[in-house]
Amino acid sequence: MISKAARRTKLRWLVGVAAIALLAPACGGDDDSSSGSSSDEPVTLTVNVFGGDGFGYDNLVKQYEQQHPNITVDYNVVTDDYDNEYRPQLIQQLDAGSGAGDVVAIEEQGVGQMMSMDDAWVDLSDYGLDSRESDYPAWKWDLGHTNDGKLAGLGTDVGGMAMCYRTDLFKQAGLPTNRDQVAAMWQDWDGFTQTAQKFVDSGVDSAFIDSPNQIYNIRLVQEAGNGDGTSYFDRDNNYILADSPAVKTAFDYVLQLNDMGAIGKFQNWTDEWNVAMEAGGFATMGCPAWMAGVIESTSGKQNAGNWDMAPVPGVSGNWGGSWLAVPAQSDHPEEAAALADFLTQPSSQLAAYKAISVFPSAPEAQQNPAVADSKNAYFNDAPVGQIISDSITSFQPVYYGELHSAVRAAVEDVLYGVVEGTYSDDEAWDAFVSAGQEVVDTSG
Amino acid sequence: MKTAERVASEPQAQPASPVRPRNRFRRFLSLVDLKASPYLLVSPYFILFLIFGAFPLGFTLWVSLHDWQLAGDKEWIGLDNYQFLLTNERFRMTVVNTIGMFVLATVPQLLLALMVANALNKRFRGRLLIRLGVLIPMVTSVVAVAIVFSQIYGTKYGMVNWFLGNFGVDPIDWRKTSLASWVAISSMVDWRWTGYNAIIYLAAMQAIPRVLYEAATVDGASSRRQFWHITVPQLKPVIIFTVFISTIGGLTLFAEPMMFNSGRLDGGTTGQFQTVAMYIVQAFRERNNYGLAAAAAWLLFALIVVIALANYLVVNRIRESR
Repeated sequence: MISKAARRTKLRWLVGVAAIALLAPACGGDDDSSSGSSSDEPVTLTVNVFGGDGFGYDNLVKQYEQQHPNITVDYNVVTDDYDNEYRPQLIQQLDAGSGAGDVVAIEEQGVGQMMSMDDAWVDLSDYGLDSRESDYPAWKWDLGHTNDGKLAGLGTDVGGMAMCYRTDLFKQAGLPTNRDQVAAMWQDWDGFTQTAQKFVDSGVDSAFIDSPNQIYNIRLVQEAGNGDGTSYFDRDNNYILADSPAVKTAFDYVLQLNDMGAIGKFQNWTDEWNVAMEAGGFATMGCPAWMAGVIESTSGKQNAGNWDMAPVPGVSGNWGGSWLAVPAQSDHPEEAAALADFLTQPSSQLAAYKAISVFPSAPEAQQNPAVADSKNAYFNDAPVGQIISDSITSFQPVYYGELHSAVRAAVEDVLYGVVEGTYSDDEAWDAFVSAGQEVVDTSG
Repeated sequence: MKTAERVASEPQAQPASPVRPRNRFRRFLSLVDLKASPYLLVSPYFILFLIFGAFPLGFTLWVSLHDWQLAGDKEWIGLDNYQFLLTNERFRMTVVNTIGMFVLATVPQLLLALMVANALNKRFRGRLLIRLGVLIPMVTSVVAVAIVFSQIYGTKYGMVNWFLGNFGVDPIDWRKTSLASWVAISSMVDWRWTGYNAIIYLAAMQAIPRVLYEAATVDGASSRRQFWHITVPQLKPVIIFTVFISTIGGLTLFAEPMMFNSGRLDGGTTGQFQTVAMYIVQAFRERNNYGLAAAAAWLLFALIVVIALANYLVVNRIRESR
């Protein structure tokens, strides 16, 4: 059923694209004459998003169509593979000047790349949407701007960050399992290091943390946020990784934990990682809001109650989350901007959370009892809503360059290489810097 | 009599006849039929080839001579992309990886296929089933094979390490070193393709005249001698074919090493099993650098031509070494 539905969605999307391509020249003429008044002329707006469950907009779309009888919304979940399918496709459509939807979703991975394409986007402040600033935490608002400072994207959901841990393994290692005690134990990074040391010393046959990359990223964005807000690229898109104190601190921290033997070799999304999650191969892992679902389905019923959740050291962090943007090629930018505005309202974010549990980025929606008081039964009733909200509120903005995602993938490989033992501690930093440099070189 | 008369009279009547232009038209049609229709009949293939084969080839060449960024500038830079790749250490590594995995996968694969085919060529009970059996890996999807093998080669929870552990062997980190990862990936390739090559060899073996073997037996040649001195030389054209196909397949290796690393294109933490094909896809997909990807694709094409020719020269010596 799922595959059939997916195929139908894809087909519908193709038909939609074809229709737009055919209609585009005809509409272009119309538009100029009618652009002043958003009248009752029938308008079809295509909304393209991604993800297994989409963005949870089904009911919102129906509601919007009822309120605006002249507007038909074609809401498509294009694919569940953002990075390999959706993102390259969208960039191609933006480059070609046709084929993209009227409202498109952009994920955190690659937001830097999208926002470097200044001309591709409608400036939403032309339609008065700069008034939305108060709805968002500063970093979420800032990342929705192009390099030229144009408001291109309005935030939808966020991932936030928590630390998930195995109570059964903590117990074996003689560590406290109560989440308040655990949170107190690793209030700061020194506390986390000491906990890691105790766990390693206990001789429990599991890694303390699954892999290097999440702990590295949590540390990196905290350091960068407290510093000048840059990591791999400065705001002129120069490659500054080698000179970034935030990067060096996070990098050295990974080496330190690795020398203690605290980091596992379980690369995210590999089979080994999945098995280890279920079999207790590691005791902690970074946990954005959506990861709770991944852990629950991967670890299975037999591990219910074995997982719990606490704030990360230093509290703040984020992994994932999206924006809605209007491509400049849209024939109905005004109507599309109004729809994007509606879909990203705090009340809509709340509705999407209720539909498919995507965590709202707007503080107003986070404070709603439905979110703020939400608990996760699988994680011993951990107050997920509270922990994730705190991590987002205290998060500091960090600038992503156009090549941020590509550099990130390459340098994180080196971190895995360190844990595998391919690089010695002395070689690692040079390899780390040159891995990113290779990306910069090959990206022309 | 009447017929003969008519036949005789016709040529005489012809010069004055008004039928003549129509006749010429007919002759023209039959000429067209003779000379042009073969081209017309094969044209669907060539028209499709022009659109989907020749044009992309030419366009790739055109792109490779540009600094061609998706969503960016498209600027003529001549051979700079090629120069970059030929002096780039990472690209050179992917070439070494590709050739390494190709040798590691293809040589044992074809030798094994030859042995299997020879064994299947004997008469025994249930041979049809066994012959069909070696083809079964062919019907599984490449990606499914790669996913299953990736689990088998897990470091901590993999079956191979569990098995080796029973004999006191320390767990091998299959993705860490070049050699280990090449062996693992080659085994996936071999599992899937050995049977295919074996069936091709088997078909060719059955076409070898029995009398050759009978004569050799009378002369007292052992079956091993018969295999190397009759079977293998007789199979030469087929061996050349399989070597060509394996060369092309081996040098464009993509799905297995990609799935071995959970769908990532970087081929391990240091790129120790990144193939040229993965490098190409990474260049245009992750880095949006179409020019570089196109240049790498043409270099891969050149590499395949060179290695295929080298293989041809080597395999062609089979008969001479007899």
